[in-house]
Amino acid sequence: MISQFFILSQRGDNIVFRDYRGEVQKGSTEIFFRKVKFWKEEEQEEAQAPPVFHVDGVNYFHVKIAGLLFVATTRVNVSPSLVLELLQRIARVIKDYLGVLSEDSLRKNFVLVYELLDEVVDFGYVQTTSTEVLKSYIFNEPITVDAARIPPLGPASIFMQGSQRMPGTAVTKSVIANEPGGKKREEIFVDIIEKISVTFSSSGYILTSEIDGTIQMKSYLTGNPEIRVALNDELNIGRGGQSIYDYRSSTGSSAVILDDCNFHESVRLDSFDVDRTLSLVPPDGEFPVMNYRMTQEFKPPFRVNALIEEARNLKAEVTIKIRAEFPSNITANSIVVQMPLPKYTSRATFEIEPGAAGQMADFKEANKKIEWNLKKIVGGSEHTLRAKLTFSQESHGNIMKESGPVNMTFIIPMYNASGLQVKYLQIAKKSSTYNPYRWVRYVTQANSYVARL
Amino acid sequence: MAPPAHSSRSPSPSQPSGKGEVSDLKSQLRQLAGSRAPGVDDSKRDLFKKVISYMTIGIDVSSLFGEMVMCSATSDVVLKKMCYLYVGNYAKVNPDLALLTINFLQRDCKDEDPMIRGLALRSLCSLRVPILVEYLVGPLASGLKDSNSYVRMVAVIGVLKLYHISSVTCMDADFPAILKHLMLNDRDTQVVANCLSTLQEIWTAEASNSGEASRERDALLSKPLIYYLLNRIKEFSEWAQCLILELVAKYVPSDTNEIFDIMNLLEDRLQHANGAVVLATIKVFLHLTLSMTDVHQQVYERIKAPLLTLVSSGSPEQSYAVLGHLHLLVMRAPMLFSSDYKHFYCQYNEPFYVKKLKLEMLTAVANESNTYEIVTELCEYAANVDIPIARESIRAVGKIALQQYDVNAIVDRLLQFLEMEKDYVTAETLVLVKDLLRKYPQWSHDCIAVVGNISSKNVQEPKAKAALIWMLGEYSQDMQDAPYILESLAENWDDEHSPEVVRLHLLTALMKCFFKRSPETRKALGIALAAGVADFHQDVHDRALFYYRLLRYNISIAECVVNPPKQAVSVFADPQSSEIKDRIFDEFNSLSVLYQKPSYMFTDKEHRGPFEFSDELGNLSTEANVSAQKVEADDKDLLLSTSEKGDAGFPANGSAYSAPSYDSSKSLSASSTSSDLVILETGVLHQASPSLAIDDLLGLGLSTTPAPAPAPPLSLNPKAVLDPGTFQQKWRQLPISLSLELPVSPQGVAALTTPQALIMHMQGNSIHCIATGGQSPNFKFFFFAQKSEELSKFLVECIINTSSSKAQLKIKADDQNSTQAFSVLFESALSKFGML
Repeated sequence: MISQFFILSQRGDNIVFRDYRGEVQKGSTEIFFRKVKFWKEEEQEEAQAPPVFHVDGVNYFHVKIAGLLFVATTRVNVSPSLVLELLQRIARVIKDYLGVLSEDSLRKNFVLVYELLDEVVDFGYVQTTSTEVLKSYIFNEPITVDAARIPPLGPASIFMQGSQRMPGTAVTKSVIANEPGGKKREEIFVDIIEKISVTFSSSGYILTSEIDGTIQMKSYLTGNPEIRVALNDELNIGRGGQSIYDYRSSTGSSAVILDDCNFHESVRLDSFDVDRTLSLVPPDGEFPVMNYRMTQEFKPPFRVNALIEEARNLKAEVTIKIRAEFPSNITANSIVVQMPLPKYTSRATFEIEPGAAGQMADFKEANKKIEWNLKKIVGGSEHTLRAKLTFSQESHGNIMKESGPVNMTFIIPMYNASGLQVKYLQIAKKSSTYNPYRWVRYVTQANSYVARL
Repeated sequence: MAPPAHSSRSPSPSQPSGKGEVSDLKSQLRQLAGSRAPGVDDSKRDLFKKVISYMTIGIDVSSLFGEMVMCSATSDVVLKKMCYLYVGNYAKVNPDLALLTINFLQRDCKDEDPMIRGLALRSLCSLRVPILVEYLVGPLASGLKDSNSYVRMVAVIGVLKLYHISSVTCMDADFPAILKHLMLNDRDTQVVANCLSTLQEIWTAEASNSGEASRERDALLSKPLIYYLLNRIKEFSEWAQCLILELVAKYVPSDTNEIFDIMNLLEDRLQHANGAVVLATIKVFLHLTLSMTDVHQQVYERIKAPLLTLVSSGSPEQSYAVLGHLHLLVMRAPMLFSSDYKHFYCQYNEPFYVKKLKLEMLTAVANESNTYEIVTELCEYAANVDIPIARESIRAVGKIALQQYDVNAIVDRLLQFLEMEKDYVTAETLVLVKDLLRKYPQWSHDCIAVVGNISSKNVQEPKAKAALIWMLGEYSQDMQDAPYILESLAENWDDEHSPEVVRLHLLTALMKCFFKRSPETRKALGIALAAGVADFHQDVHDRALFYYRLLRYNISIAECVVNPPKQAVSVFADPQSSEIKDRIFDEFNSLSVLYQKPSYMFTDKEHRGPFEFSDELGNLSTEANVSAQKVEADDKDLLLSTSEKGDAGFPANGSAYSAPSYDSSKSLSASSTSSDLVILETGVLHQASPSLAIDDLLGLGLSTTPAPAPAPPLSLNPKAVLDPGTFQQKWRQLPISLSLELPVSPQGVAALTTPQALIMHMQGNSIHCIATGGQSPNFKFFFFAQKSEELSKFLVECIINTSSSKAQLKIKADDQNSTQAFSVLFESALSKFGML
């Protein structure tokens, strides 16, 4: 049960404010914002306000989405995961209706947002967060904002960047807005999004690796037909009593072994045990069909090696080498490699490999970091960056301990590391001519991709 | 809605005026109000939007109330909704104007479109104007009977709104009874869920002043209702599922088959993508199996994977909430997670609050088998550029060192930190090395060699400086420069910007050093004492003066006081008592887990949530609070007094943990003396058969009471101990073994004007009160007692109604067979007090 809900901009302005129960004083938005903003100073060591805290008997919950703060308050000792999940869902519902979630779109559509908020929660109790169910209660029409200026949101937004295969407006389309032509386009998006975390030791050995995946769906199909999603035949879930970090069991077999997974409300698993298919009637809006987690050994898409060597006269040299270990028909993009340097580094000069296009290296003076940007990396290729450092003082002790670790972010479209596949996507046919567009898209992102020195 | 809904009577000067615009709007609205021209609705929409947007940014548009109401005569739903929004926001501050809206809202409640009926009813109930409640009853009653589920859904919550405006009106209209019927019969699951929420809230609020309401609330936990809801659980929305699961967690199944049935039924809820559903399910599993140790362990195994999936699949905020719960479980069963430690390694891009929890988790799961890997990982973080995380990591290494038996490798690592020469690393490490030496004095040689090389000028943080000074004093015989370093610190007394903690430590360190190397320290000690006596800080001043007088009185006694032989600290006190931990576990899937405090520490009583265990035990809060503080205080003493506790041979649960004592009243000297005597008794009687002897002792104390009853066959432990958390848990788990009603004598009624007296008396009979509550004429007491030679306990709920002169007893017992004997004892104790 919540008492109030509000959305604040980054500057702390009230964009939307709804008081459901009148139990919490009016100044709560200011109290909240001040607390979050000055958290660091007050609590000294805590670098960042946690998502849940309390002031004078009022509990404040917040999540940050698209640069906005979604906040709920209550005086009751409620389930924190319920409220935090609710805030995420409210954001998702609003995004489903407005097409894009931004300060601008919220301000233009606040009446519609209030309309939604009134139906989602009544007197503090959640009624529904289903975009589908809400449709029958909503009468305002969204005022669309220019999506191009909006920073992309959510994992699926990466499809908007430079990939011409997808209709650009797909993910920023409101569930209730009509296409300019007046007719809705029949289409469904199924995205397999994997976030991978790998830590390499200084000798290049993999210390930890994990894949967190989501099969996300966004349906614009009329009449809610039933859909069947077939996954790999050889898909195992759970690893018996073994420790999940026991890699031996997986070598030599092509089976995909997930540690664990969970499913959306609408998913029926009747035949999942037999043929690994999920059947569901997708509700409107964007939702995760399945979340999964895998620690089975997999081939990391990039190998990263970094070296720092001290030379004489307050100088040192850094070498960072990355090798793309995926097939050459696949290209990674938006690659950023960062490496923190010793605090007393005063200057860095770079030597980028000859003939490299779309690469840029920079020394970030303020936080003493090397930042190396690569527009794209083709599978199978190798890239090296050399940097010469100048120090302002003699280093004492171990220079390796004062720099690094190297961390890397990237996006690899049409690639997934786990091997999980959607083998087919079957839509119950209404007529022989009914053939909606089906988009099955794979993408891999770096979550925490770290190489130690 | 819009936050600063200043009434028009008190316009704030700082507020954006917007006056011109508002009056503009006013005239435009007037023009449109009567118009029936085509397209008028569109212009109205634009105007209404403007009004609402002013409202949101905080401009007072309440002066438009009349015009808005006039314009509301429309069939356009969008317009209506905006109008409702406006009315809902300003009705409370303008109750007179709100009356204007009643008319059209009531009319809309009868509209043929169910959407309009529902919306109007919701707005009507949201006015929050007490004088208008009479207008709510009719529409609510027909709303509850509406053929459309949307209207019923709204009406049910409307009942709750009405209850909050005027509980009397709500109860008089008998709405709860209607809701009860709807809850069991409505086809629409959201209507059922809303009934449940509403009834929970109403009965919980009513329970304190009506026995019937508390019975009704207990009936929500009855088997038929629980089964009805469980069997349909998948038809409910995920949020309603959470509500039901929360309810089921309070349900007490009658046998183990039932427990397994429920768990099998809910098994697939653990695979839900909504973390709230999963956590609520886990709570059910954990609470159902509390008394079945093996199954409980299996539950831990079962929930591990889903929890870890939630941690990594959700937003960082959700991860935080789930990790908080994992942390609680890890603390309870570290072994279970000890092979999963890699899951708690920090990821590069995680927010601080997630990393911090993970570090705590790594500390908790560290054991012989994984310490090396964990500490290696932590050392990586210690070198990290992220300073807060580096600090936390060093602390984690220290904590692991303090909980391990073999610290060899860890000490080396800690000492390597000191060689990193980063100020904050050095500072954190010094504090840890100090604690480490208190526990493992055998390492002093290695540590001191490294610490001795640190220049005190590089240590600025007060805590670190204090730690360094402590070590200089404690090990001055092994550190050649110690007196001189201390001397330079003393000479710079006034330059010392840091707080008193450093000065206090400096005084003590110099004293210690003086006893070991007096010729070298004499001068420095003199300087420090002089400066200390002149210090503006009271504690520093007092300590300096105290040392000075002590030294003048007798130097060897001074040495005994300041520098006695020390024993190593065996276990550092846990800042949280086990009682508090149990209580937090009871409140699984709530904020208590994240704050690491039981709810009574951060919420007011009325907001404790609809199903926080009991009701009456809510009153317990103050007492529990007191005893918690007491325990904390004891823990602190423990920390200072090193390992005396073990040597003295007191039983583990000393006096501090016993039932709350009420030594305020002198007249009942018997038990208060006995509580003063605690140490003596336990000390003296330790070897003898304690219970008998204590019974005798108490018999003596009670000799003033007339003719002691013949010795009952059952003897109770006068020093029985039970913390409120365990009491609640037991009360929930055990079946009622005996319930009876007794007449209360007029004398007894009179005596209850001071319930304390009864509590004291019962305590004299080895029956301890754990909580009391209620107001005249209903008094409620919870007692417990323990058999003298076993752990078996009795729990009693005793409700005394002074107007009907009746006492109702409910007895629950670990050992059902002795219930009868106990009840005899209990009755005789009551009658001795003159109750019966």
